[in-house]
Amino acid sequence: MPIGAVIEFTSITKKFGQVTAVNDLSFTVEPGRVTGFLGPNGAGKTTTLRMLLGLVAPTSGTATFGGLRYRDLPRPLHTVGAALEAASFHPGRTAAHHLGVYTIAAGIPRTRVAEVLHTVGLAEHASQRVGGYSLGMRQRLGLAYSLLGDPGVLVLDEPINGLDPEGIKWIRGFLSSMAAEGRTVLVSSHLLSEVQQSVDDVIIIAKGELVHSGPLSSLDTNIAPQVIVDSPDRDALIAALTEAGLPFTSGRTGLIVAVPDPGRVGHIAFAAGVELNALHRQKAGLEESFLALVEGGDSL
Amino acid sequence: MNLILRPVAAEFSKILTTRMWWILALVLFGYITLLAGGLAALFGGLDSGAITPDAMNAGGGGADLTSLGSVPLLIYSFASSVGYVFPVLLGALATTGEFRHQTLTPTFLATPKRGRVLGAKTIALFVVGAALGVVGLAASVGVGALVLGGFGVDPLLADGETWALIGRTVLAMALWAVIGVGLGVLVPSQVASIVIVLAFTQFVEPLLRFAATFTEVTADIGKFLPGAASDALVGESFYALTSPGMAVLTSWQGGLVLLAYGLAATVGGYFISWKRDVT
Repeated sequence: MPIGAVIEFTSITKKFGQVTAVNDLSFTVEPGRVTGFLGPNGAGKTTTLRMLLGLVAPTSGTATFGGLRYRDLPRPLHTVGAALEAASFHPGRTAAHHLGVYTIAAGIPRTRVAEVLHTVGLAEHASQRVGGYSLGMRQRLGLAYSLLGDPGVLVLDEPINGLDPEGIKWIRGFLSSMAAEGRTVLVSSHLLSEVQQSVDDVIIIAKGELVHSGPLSSLDTNIAPQVIVDSPDRDALIAALTEAGLPFTSGRTGLIVAVPDPGRVGHIAFAAGVELNALHRQKAGLEESFLALVEGGDSL
Repeated sequence: MNLILRPVAAEFSKILTTRMWWILALVLFGYITLLAGGLAALFGGLDSGAITPDAMNAGGGGADLTSLGSVPLLIYSFASSVGYVFPVLLGALATTGEFRHQTLTPTFLATPKRGRVLGAKTIALFVVGAALGVVGLAASVGVGALVLGGFGVDPLLADGETWALIGRTVLAMALWAVIGVGLGVLVPSQVASIVIVLAFTQFVEPLLRFAATFTEVTADIGKFLPGAASDALVGESFYALTSPGMAVLTSWQGGLVLLAYGLAATVGGYFISWKRDVT
């Protein structure tokens, strides 16, 4: 069983001319867990992953696997499997030949080609030229490439893009099972909802800077909960809340009061003799927390 | 040893798993067959009297041909003197294709030491270029000798000089493929690379070589042009017909000049494009 290595980014920075794409990013990714690497498009996710893989030279800082830079790994494809967003195939080459080229380069037994194509569900398209592949099939072929060396670390850039619902369901289960085997799994996405069912940890960046890292559940507490309240006589409710000095806004389903305790709102209504037909706490969803963090990046 | 052999084997696999190599080999064979077969028929016809110089209506051009001596070798040299554009193209496509199809990403992931990949590509293309040389010679020598023999002209196949020329032609074609690899890293844009290859080999260099013969100084520079160096290496060329007094390098000098072009382009390209960020 391949053992996952710890991925460690240390103060990694990338400048393209005057533009700072990634700024002083430091975080670690642990084995045995699926880590979501999140941020809006243009946040610097792909650049960060390409620096990790030695494809882009960092302006400063390092990124390592168990202490070794990618280019210093003795057998890179056996240690790290990566699938990057860009479609990197010669359209005139078949899927089996495409993978075959890199088994030769990395000294991997040729039999792995059929195995990984089977794993990703492309076995029957193995001898088809990649030029005729759909986006979803290309994604699967990219994933097949990452699995060639049976690596302990998986680095996947937006692996869910272009997959059909069945494929999305499959890859979620796949990622979890890889992590359960003790591998390190780092998956980027611009949508938390895409990966939130399968990630254990999240790293969130915006405008090239780290805005949050921790277990998925840590996103829960980031936004103060609100209370939704409504009444058949909404004007009376508004008057009562104004009287009590509670800040609120009007929403589609009622008034949104910026306090965490529904009991307090209920008491105010009761004291003012206002009938209520809705009173509950609304916890902001993970997605809202995520968006708030990411937008907060604006002011950094 | 595996560190070099594996990337080289992978580069061979890259070439052989796409169609370009046999398309180019096929076109090369057809093109050289046409030229070598045609000239062999013309010379053979003149020599045997089947074609008279008058019939050519060319003011006695035939007489010049017969005075040139080793016409068979001239015909055989078409494999490289005309066919060299094919290994250059294959070499340039091998590198520019990696940029165009973004296959540098999986390539550098499998072999992160980039210089090693470029070295492997150079070695693989050297061998494939030599193979294209064999294909070109199959056309120029195979078909040429057959046609000459048909007219009763000695195709000089028992002559050691003929086989030496064949060997030097294979080497020249191999070196041209290396130059193609270098051009591809110098000019990673595939379209630009192809345009440069075609324009330079078919138009710019022939003109330069012709113009260079006008004065002694330019002739001394002109003999270092890659096409001139290649012809010097092979030892025979129909360019010698157009300007018999032209300065030429010796065979081994020509080979070294050609190798220098290939290595200079490759090393330059390594710094210009190969070492760059792959985004």
